Amino acid sequence: MAQIKLETVAKTFGAFAAVKGVTFTVDHGAFFVILGPSGCGKTTTLRMTAGLELPTSGRILLDGEDVTALPASARDIAFVFQLFALYPHMNVRQNIGFPLRCQNYPRAQIRQSVEETARLLRIDHLLDRRVGGLSGGDRQRVALGRAIVRRPKAFLMDEPLGALDSEFRRLMCGELRELHDRIDATTVYITHDQLAAMAMAGRIAIMNQGRIEQIGTPQEIYDRPRTMFVADFIGAPPMSFLGVQAAPQRGDRSIRIDGVAVEMPEVFEDRAEGRFMLGVRPENVSFADASMLRGRVIGAEYLGTTQIVTVDTANGRVKARLPSTDVVRVGESVGLALRPDRLSVFDEMSGQALHSALYEGGYRG
Amino acid sequence: MAEVALLEVGKSYGPVEAVRGLSLSVSDGEFVVLLGPTGAGKTTTLRLIAGLERPDRGKVVIQGRIVTQEVPAERDVAFVFQQYSLYPHLTVYDNLAFPLRSPARRMAEKAVRRRVQQVSELLHIEHKLGNRATALSGGEMQRVAIGRALVREPAVYLMDEPLSSLDAKLRAELRLELKRIQRELGTTILYVTHDQIEAMTMADRIGVMSEGALVQLGTPREIYERPNSAYVASRLGTPAINLIPVELLGSDAVPAQVRTVGLRTEHIRISPADRPGPRAQVQWVEHLGDQNHVHLKLATHSLVTLADPAQPLKAGDQVSIEFTEPLYFDHAGNRVAAHEIRGQA
Repeated sequence: MAQIKLETVAKTFGAFAAVKGVTFTVDHGAFFVILGPSGCGKTTTLRMTAGLELPTSGRILLDGEDVTALPASARDIAFVFQLFALYPHMNVRQNIGFPLRCQNYPRAQIRQSVEETARLLRIDHLLDRRVGGLSGGDRQRVALGRAIVRRPKAFLMDEPLGALDSEFRRLMCGELRELHDRIDATTVYITHDQLAAMAMAGRIAIMNQGRIEQIGTPQEIYDRPRTMFVADFIGAPPMSFLGVQAAPQRGDRSIRIDGVAVEMPEVFEDRAEGRFMLGVRPENVSFADASMLRGRVIGAEYLGTTQIVTVDTANGRVKARLPSTDVVRVGESVGLALRPDRLSVFDEMSGQALHSALYEGGYRG
Repeated sequence: MAEVALLEVGKSYGPVEAVRGLSLSVSDGEFVVLLGPTGAGKTTTLRLIAGLERPDRGKVVIQGRIVTQEVPAERDVAFVFQQYSLYPHLTVYDNLAFPLRSPARRMAEKAVRRRVQQVSELLHIEHKLGNRATALSGGEMQRVAIGRALVREPAVYLMDEPLSSLDAKLRAELRLELKRIQRELGTTILYVTHDQIEAMTMADRIGVMSEGALVQLGTPREIYERPNSAYVASRLGTPAINLIPVELLGSDAVPAQVRTVGLRTEHIRISPADRPGPRAQVQWVEHLGDQNHVHLKLATHSLVTLADPAQPLKAGDQVSIEFTEPLYFDHAGNRVAAHEIRGQA
């Protein structure tokens, strides 16, 4: 298996810069997800990695070897597209073995590789079945088998599960991840589905407008988003933001929202007065009668054990995840308490997070 | 008072029974959501109420009047479809005014203006009234489509997955908006979806459908906490409820007829392997930010539980599992209620 490295890779189509200098390293056997909205440049990045597009500038290294100018066929990378197409007139064995037959592998070796692959995917009992009669899940497994049978150095996957309904997608996410762990294959997976990304990735790169906003483990990105874009893109519901006018100084441990001091992680930089956004995730908001930070409940959404309560304040809309046993009345005025050690502060203009104890890893748990 | 009632309604297409003996009544000001997978008969039910289909059996009643044989225009209903069908050459204002200007109504233009203004404010699109319908974002277009139903004041609004073509973020916003509007206007809505989040968050009552039949009707909380079958239990909750063969849990207080135990992810606690309770192995841990989903192997069975992100767990760890609030199901998948269990103990 392989290490993949991109060094300030950029791609322009005419006047349009699709990818604006992207750098990352995917280690041997890692599951790396590039996450972003449509048009963020993730597919172009993947296609350049595969050799289907030539970068305008920058270098691509596969196991230390510069492959920037090599065509896809010389890179030993398997590219799995969004839609898995199977050959309906062939059985499972023939479908999985197809890539090997195309490369004229000896018959005995094809047989062995196909059977190994089928066992790995737990479809070995289906080898002689027609693909037409298979369930949706088994069809996806056969398609995966066809991608992994030739054991390439790396897999590049472009939303392979995008067309599935949500329940089935979750199931296949689990299976893909499990398969990855078993064969230890370097995988780059792109998606716009943040839940799939969080569920599968070892590390995630979040892209926006041709740039990487942040790279980190799912938990890092969730707990310490570097930009408002990341904070807003990750989480369901995403982070809430309260607008404040402030001049944060090194050593500050609170910020004033309309005169109400709200405790927050220690600030590590000095900033001139300006507009800032206090960011808080729904599970870090609770109701506190005594709190001076007040708002009006505009909706409560039941989700089983928890509910999402939406509160409008003078400084912005806040969502709180509360136990569904709490009685919440729409229209009532409530006080809000924000968990101090988990608050982020962003510069509203640049969208960048302020350095603070939270971002220096200064909290535990 | 019931605004809409279905009495033993049935509808077949050739050999396929799309709707089977369905009875349902929606009260004035109530928001009822029909939830089920594709092909469960939800859309057909809506179309039967709207008059777009005629039932083979049973009656459709709207505001106390039997309308089974009436054409759509004679029934006092408004339909919102999945795909917003706006008139592209008209402005937002004219799109909204369109249903009011129909010859059958002959509403005075002044009254039309007042009503369009009112509805556009409610939907927060009053600043877009002069725009062409095609110059709107997807979310705005869907608001206009909903608005075009709202300008009329029918006995009931019928909505067929109106949010499903929108992206996740917009869907979450409009869910909240739609519920707010419904509450403020006191409108009666029958809404169809396969999205359990929409059902749980908006409905006063959810009707769970399967293969043309209504299998349970109740408040979101009733459906979630007291499902009458394993099928209903697995329709609500993400990740889905764990359904485990009873023998794997080795629990002795379970009545004889129980075959399957339903454990919601939040009702399973993981503790070190030396604690009592069935043993399981950690397969992998999903980090979803606010919580972790821990995938466990219990003998031959996979299950998922929630864990605090702070809990240090990794693949291969041996753990004990404890559980609370189990739901018991018999061989047919029907729930064995708690009082029956006590009765036998």
